[in-house]
Amino acid sequence: MKIPFEHRQSAHCENGVISNLLNHRGVPISEPLAFGIGSGLFFTYLPFIKVNFAPGFSYRPMPGYIFRKLAKRLGIKVKHQRFSSTEKAKAALDEKLRQGIPVGLQVGVYHLTYFPDEYRFHFNAHNLVVYGKEAGEYLISDPVMDYTTQLSERELEQVRFAKGALAPKGHLYYLERLPDHYDLQRAVKKGIRQTCNDMLAPVPIVGVRAMKWVARNIRKWPKTIGIKKTNHYLGQLVRMQEEIGTGGGGFRFIYAAFLQEAATLLDKPILRQRAAEMTSIGDAWRDFALNISRIYKNRKSGNDRYDQLAEQLTAIAEREKQFFTQLKQDI
Amino acid sequence: MKKEEVPQDNGSLAKKNVHELCYAVDENGRYTTVPSTGWEAKTLALNESLELIDERIAATRQAVLAGEASPIAYYMELHRMDVSLLASYVGIHRWFVKRHFQPKRFAKLSDKTLRKYADTFGITIEQLQSPFPHPNT
Repeated sequence: MKIPFEHRQSAHCENGVISNLLNHRGVPISEPLAFGIGSGLFFTYLPFIKVNFAPGFSYRPMPGYIFRKLAKRLGIKVKHQRFSSTEKAKAALDEKLRQGIPVGLQVGVYHLTYFPDEYRFHFNAHNLVVYGKEAGEYLISDPVMDYTTQLSERELEQVRFAKGALAPKGHLYYLERLPDHYDLQRAVKKGIRQTCNDMLAPVPIVGVRAMKWVARNIRKWPKTIGIKKTNHYLGQLVRMQEEIGTGGGGFRFIYAAFLQEAATLLDKPILRQRAAEMTSIGDAWRDFALNISRIYKNRKSGNDRYDQLAEQLTAIAEREKQFFTQLKQDI
Repeated sequence: MKKEEVPQDNGSLAKKNVHELCYAVDENGRYTTVPSTGWEAKTLALNESLELIDERIAATRQAVLAGEASPIAYYMELHRMDVSLLASYVGIHRWFVKRHFQPKRFAKLSDKTLRKYADTFGITIEQLQSPFPHPNT
């Protein structure tokens, strides 16, 4: 069986799945709109958690968070299920497909056969949609891919039951009930307000303050942990910022696109100007990534290089602080 | 970022004919999406990370050939895992997994335990026991 499902590529998997599932039910929510309402813009620094031999940096909130917030703000009921047995997980999925309901899945990336080898890391919070099953093969709409793909029963079981941090445990979800009418304006405002609060949060590991902390550490690292490790940490920062799914500039461009849509929705022209500012902040993030990559390119590097990077990051943090303070007043 | 500034630097995605979507502004300042084949800056960052993995694999390979580590350690690195991740895949506590890195203990493992490791790595028990049939090639 094959459910008529429109596959549309997106920058980020979670927004893409939400947006595609909602579109399937006749609710036109674009990726930037889903991202903005779900308060997807974020920054966090977790020096005590090691990911891939480097501290944890993230430009987005915990996986699943954007979807939960969006659903709550629009009054959409989403059914989530996790499983301890692989057979039950498969049976539940097949049953939903038989009912003609496209199903969202949380999966591990490592065993996804259609990904290039370079991207196959043990990362367990990827999302995709299954929209049918033909000749024992599941039909997959993976929002970060240009085209739809297929996975065998065995392959799908492997990715659904990947192990490690954030293990999906067969996690599946689908839209259960849509509200009769939803207040898009209120949802957009709520989303923006929360993003402002997150970014200006008075804790050192979140938002603008976390960026400044990273900047301070960039100055220190070459002395305390050596050049090689510092470069690896910075590389991790670049990957989190630019790798598949951020739409460029650590989600800043998607957010600017959202602000443009919000300007029309709320009839607030000032937001169009804010969008332009956010674009320019995104460009600053791109420059920052470019400068880090230059360290790899011309291997020789003095300590002043790292000081320059730290200054650059501090400057971005300052700009974002101003930006979100103003944005909060605009709403 | 302007539409025409979206980099097209043919990264590893291009090999599988995959593009990633970037958000950029058009000539009227409105946002749109542009498919990109990659950006050199992040390809360099990714390669740095992959080189680190390759170094670890090579070092573990030497250790196995020198008889200082069991093949399990080698396959773990090859599959980009760490001890706790491998432990949760095979369903054996990480203390024991670490002990199985010792060649002496590895030699005493039962077929049942070897099977668990081999299945996790998607190989046969023979491949698990002799990872480098021709060590000079």
